[in-house]
Order: sequence, then structure tokens, then C-alpha cells
Amino acid sequence: MIGRARLPRGEGVWPWLAAGSLALSLLMLAGLLFLLAVRGMGHFWPSPLTLVTLEDGRLLAGQAVREERQPNAAGRERLYLTGNRDLDGAIWRWVAVDEIAEESRPRDLVVLERTRWGSFQGRLLALEERGERVEGEAAWAALQARLQELAALRAERDRLRDEIVVPLVRRMEREPLAEAELARASARIRELQARIAGGRLLLESVDGRRLEQPLEQVLRAWRPNAMSPPAKVAAWGGGVWRFLAEGPRAANSAGGVWPAIFGTVLMVLLMSVVVTPFGVLAAIYLNEIAHQGRLTHLVRIAVRNLAGVPSIVYGVFGLGVFVYGIGGSLDEWFFADQLPSPTFGTGGLLWASLTLALLTLPVVIVATEEGLARVPDHQREGALALGATRVEMLTRVVLPMTAPAMLTGVILAVARAAGEVAPLMLVGVAKLAPQVPVDGDFPFLHLERKFMHLGYHIYDVAFHGSDVQAALPLVYATALLLVLVILVLNLTAIFLRHHLRARHGALPRR
Amino acid sequence: MSVFSPRSADGGPIIDFDPVSCCLEIEGLSLAYGETPALRELTLRVPRHRVTAFIGPSGCGKSTLLRALNRLHDLNDEVHLSGRIRLEGQDIHAPEMEVAELRRRVGMVFQAPNPFPMSIYDNVAFGLRLQGGIRKRQLDDVVEWALRSSALWDEVKDRLKSSAWALSGGQQQRLVIARTLAVRPEVLLLDEPASALDPISTLKIEELIRNLKSQLTLVLVTHNMQQAARVSDYTAFLQEGELVEYGTTDTLFTNPRLARTENYITGRMA
Repeated sequence: MIGRARLPRGEGVWPWLAAGSLALSLLMLAGLLFLLAVRGMGHFWPSPLTLVTLEDGRLLAGQAVREERQPNAAGRERLYLTGNRDLDGAIWRWVAVDEIAEESRPRDLVVLERTRWGSFQGRLLALEERGERVEGEAAWAALQARLQELAALRAERDRLRDEIVVPLVRRMEREPLAEAELARASARIRELQARIAGGRLLLESVDGRRLEQPLEQVLRAWRPNAMSPPAKVAAWGGGVWRFLAEGPRAANSAGGVWPAIFGTVLMVLLMSVVVTPFGVLAAIYLNEIAHQGRLTHLVRIAVRNLAGVPSIVYGVFGLGVFVYGIGGSLDEWFFADQLPSPTFGTGGLLWASLTLALLTLPVVIVATEEGLARVPDHQREGALALGATRVEMLTRVVLPMTAPAMLTGVILAVARAAGEVAPLMLVGVAKLAPQVPVDGDFPFLHLERKFMHLGYHIYDVAFHGSDVQAALPLVYATALLLVLVILVLNLTAIFLRHHLRARHGALPRR
Repeated sequence: MSVFSPRSADGGPIIDFDPVSCCLEIEGLSLAYGETPALRELTLRVPRHRVTAFIGPSGCGKSTLLRALNRLHDLNDEVHLSGRIRLEGQDIHAPEMEVAELRRRVGMVFQAPNPFPMSIYDNVAFGLRLQGGIRKRQLDDVVEWALRSSALWDEVKDRLKSSAWALSGGQQQRLVIARTLAVRPEVLLLDEPASALDPISTLKIEELIRNLKSQLTLVLVTHNMQQAARVSDYTAFLQEGELVEYGTTDTLFTNPRLARTENYITGRMA
């Protein structure tokens, strides 16, 4: 009987109400993730390129994005992504559905991803390099081979620049000998650059306008209508990988988000490293050492309320105290030779982590206190009765038993900190900081550097780009990524907590 | 002779031991939680290498008395204590007496089994590791000896590294006794050690208590009359913080001096 009827009968409507609200919440959550996944991840799929012939004979090639009923137009209008900003001055085109005479998907249409002007969509006529000219179908094959070669050359050039030239330039002031090494590296880069430059593509849009495209600006080329499903999946995987592994291009409107992922994770880890010991010590004092009187009670209430202070307030505090106060003093004492350009006296990774540590401190204190309160007194007395001092009792018996609760606190802190954007804007996040704060240059971890953050990246791409329509898929993809990063961070902590609990069984609940 | 001669609350005589054969001397001990008195002017002596039981109704102060013997009340600011307790002639509240050292000499086993969240081996080694300066081989030997002394060795010798929380309640309680024995205490305080256990486990604990008295002095607090009668040599009956009667277990249970002792023992009064 009980097993059959999950929702008890004869208790009126309230069990249904409760179940209904739960279902609604879950549905909204699933909807959110579904929206982010479809809109974000769909962006990397090589969607087919349609050749549209209009009633008046005009031609255009584009990817259909969506259809809308325009309020003052009679019929429906369809939006095409047509690319070719250098030819058309725009990359979007609205077309009335009634005016479309014919649609087809010719297999020879190419899409080029370029470093300037965005994408090109049209036909490839010829490839010219060092006086040789290849035409027709052979040009496509030659282009593919040449693009692979270019990618390898670019990778080597970037590696040289990031790993040799940039550190050398930083050391120049101290080491005069670096100059010769620098000159050698620069010569090599110039040589690579010369091998990258030179080629030209002759392109034609579907309506017959011709274009000469320097080959060095072309990153990738594909023919979406000629691709097999496995090739499309591979291209999609490559797109997702580049989004994760590369730095942003074109004022954040293209390219990847690797520096932002790295910045977010590093900042959250630094924050956890700072907040955990402080929070745990504070909770130990409140629960184990302080006299449990009215004052302790007041402090406890105050700490709980601190968790509700708006995050921007912490940002202002961080700016005033950490950046200008402590950072300014540090600059005067240790980096006076670099003034007036600030080292620590400006927003940076360290100050952002400290500000967020302050923000999440109450969460860790409250969770740890609850864990401490759940350790039965007879465990404490058992340790004392064996001749343990209070410190030994705490470190050997009570704290190991509280570890899962502490980790719960850290999980909540991470979830809150990774999603905060407002305070970061005041204390150290940057729109563009392609150099991640960890490199091979002493002291390896550069706490004073500005960093990129996924949350701020979303805001920046969505509101500060030149073309919101084009940026939207990236916004969805970055948002999905932020959710995933928080999920991974939390799962790590949850796994750790489970491991700790599994070692000795769960703490008995009182 | 001190001004506190052992006597019951009504002034009647109680059993006494000469200073040579007594282990703990309690003189004029009074204790209050804030304004509420819990013990009033207790004076009694506990003999060495014997089992002494404290019995009495709930709230009579027997657990409070037990916890005073290893200064577990120190942590509670509310507790006010006066009088004197001597362990082997040494005042346990004297400045030169270190509380950690005292608690090593006076071990305690609590009502609910409280093994620490670590392996069986680590539980037994806990007290010794606190003292430090002990080699692994020595530690292994002591752990085995302690587990054998508490009749647990055969049951756990193959899983010393597994969690102590996986043991049954009775095994946990014997583990706690082993843990206490490992630091070689002179006195073992037992606060209702079998009240949370099943009858078979209870019998094992009682047998253990009888066997241990050749090694150390045991003080047992219990609610269970039969248990006190079965395992103890001497029994003290407390009521409302006062010592009512104290004598050999045989005398107290068969021929009590006072009517209220008899009423309690025979169950005519809760």
C-alpha cells in the first residue's frame, strides 16, 4: 500500500502543491542548462550554407539564423548570416520569405575564418603563391595543405614570442646579456613571419564580386555543404576545443576563453586557500574556546548576517583597503622605483582573491561551526581522558571529524565566489589579459597581475562588443562553461568529502 | 588523622582503609553546578586493586563524583569545587600536578562507546602517540597487549587498519577500554560502561572488569544493581549528593545499615 501510493490520498492538495513546485524548479533549471547548451554549443557546428536566389535575381549565400514576423511587414522575414563584412559592410541580412525564389546548397561554397573582417562566404577561384597560380578544384586542395603549414608556422612563432621574447624583454633591465639572445629570437620570428606572408587567394562572392585575400589572414577554410557528418562532428569538436584552449581575438568577439577559465579557477583556488584556514580558526574560536555568553551569541549573529551583505560592498572595501591601502603601501616600500606606475597598488589577482575570501568567510565559519557542534562531547572527553591537551584534542579528534563540514563550507564558498562579478570589477579583473598569471618567469605565480574571469567575460562580450547578434552564441557558450567550471570545482570538493566520510563512516547525527 | 574522617551523611560509620592500601582519598568534597549543589561534603577512601561501585538514583551525583576524580570538570566554568582528592597521597589539584598527566594515570571509559574516527590500531595507539618518543615495534607490542587485556585481540587482529566505527557496540566499548589501558593507568573510571550494550556484551565487559583488578584500581558507576553485586568488591550508595552508605558489596546488598539503602536496592524506590 505504502509503496504504491507515493503521494498520500486524503491529505488535500498540499502534497501536490509541494511536488508541483519542486517539479517546476527542476524544469526551469533543466531549461536553463538546455538553452545554454543548445545556443552555446550549436555555435561551433558547421551549419549548411544556403545559396538564396531572390525574385529580382539577386543572389546571396548565408546560414539561416531565425525567422520573425515583422510588425509592419506583411509576411515573415528570415535572418541570414552572410559574413563578408569587407564587401557588404554588414554580416547579417534580413530577407522577406515571400521574395525567395529558390534555395540550394552548392557543394563548392566555402567559408573562410579570417583574422580581419570576420568570415568570408562564397567561392574560391584561385590560390597564388610565389608566382604560381592554382585554379579550380586543385586550388581547394592546395589551400587545405597550405593552411596546415601556416598553422604550424604560426604556432612556432607564438611559442617563440611567449616563451622566449616576452620573458627576455622583462629581464632586459637587469641582464644586458639578454639583448643578443633577444636579437636572435627576433630574427627567427621575422623569418617565420616572411614564410607566413606572401600568398593570396582570389575569391568571389555568390553575386559575382571579386576579392583578393592575403593568405596570412586566413585561419581555417571549410565547405559546409560538402562535409560528411563525421567531418562535421570533428569540426565541431575542433571548434569547441579552440574555444576552450585559445585566447580571445577581435576584441573578445571571436576566439577562445582559455585565459578566462584559467583566471577563474586560479582565483577561486587562491580564495579557498585563504578563506579555509581563517574561517576554520574563527569557527574554532567561536565554538571551542570563547565563553558561550551573550557576546559570543552576538558575534555569531553578526557573522551570519555578514553573509547577506551585497557583494559590491565587499568590492568597495577591497578597493579601499587592499588595493589603495595595503597595495599602495607595498608599492611605496618595495616597488618605489617603478612608481608612478603601480605594481600592487592596482587591482590584481591577489586582491581579488582576498576580497572574495572576505566575502565567503561567513559561509565557511557557519558551516565549520555546525560541523563542530555535531561532534559529540563524549569524543572530546574521550581524548581529554587519555591525557590529550585541548590543542591535541582539537587537531587529532575534533577537526578530522569536522573535515567534511569544512569541505561543505568550502563548496558553498567556491560556488558563491566563482560566480561573483561585481566586486571583481573593482579589484582586478581585466577585459583582456592574454598572459595568464602563471608562467616560467620568477616567481612563477604573478599575484599582482590582472586576470580574466568567465563571469566578467560574459558581461563584456554581451554588452561591450560591436555586434551583439554575433556575440550572443559566445555569451551562451561562456555561461555554460562558467556553470561547468563551478560544477567541476564542486564535484572535486564533494568527491573529497565523500572520500573523508567513507574512511570512517558518517558522523552520527545528534 | 585529618578532620575529615570517613563517615556517612547521617554520621554513621562507613568502611575505611588504611593509607597504605588505599588508592584514592576523597576528603570533604563538595561540588556545585552554578548555584545547584551536586555533591555535599563527601569523604571516603577507595582501595587499591579492587572494584568499587558507586550506585544511586539518577541525579545523585555519582557520575559527577567520577568525573571529579580525573578533573574533567576543569573545562566547565560553571563548576565550583571544594575539598580535596588525593591520588596515592598526592593532591590532584596541586599546582605541580599536570592535568594531562593526571588523566593518563586515571583513565576513563564513558557510557556511550566513543572510539575516535580512525583505525582500530590508531585508536589504541592514540594515548601513547600523544606522549611521543615511542618506536613502531614498541607501539605494536603495546597495542597487542592492550587488545589482549581487553579480550578483543582475537576478534580484530586481522583488521587492525579498518575503521573503529565498523565494530559492534560491545566491541567498541572494549576497544575504548583497550585504548585506556594502553597508557598504563593506575585507576580506571567506568561511567556506566555497559548501559548501552546488549546482555552478552555486558557479560564480557563485566568479566573484563573482574580480570583487570589485578592490574589496577577500578571505580564503577552503574544503575544496574545486579551488575554492582556481580563485579564490585565495595559499594557506595549515594543519594542527593550525599554518601549514604559505603561498605563491602556483600554487606551492603545483604544487610544494609539503613532502611533507605534497602529500599533502593530492593527497588522500592526509583
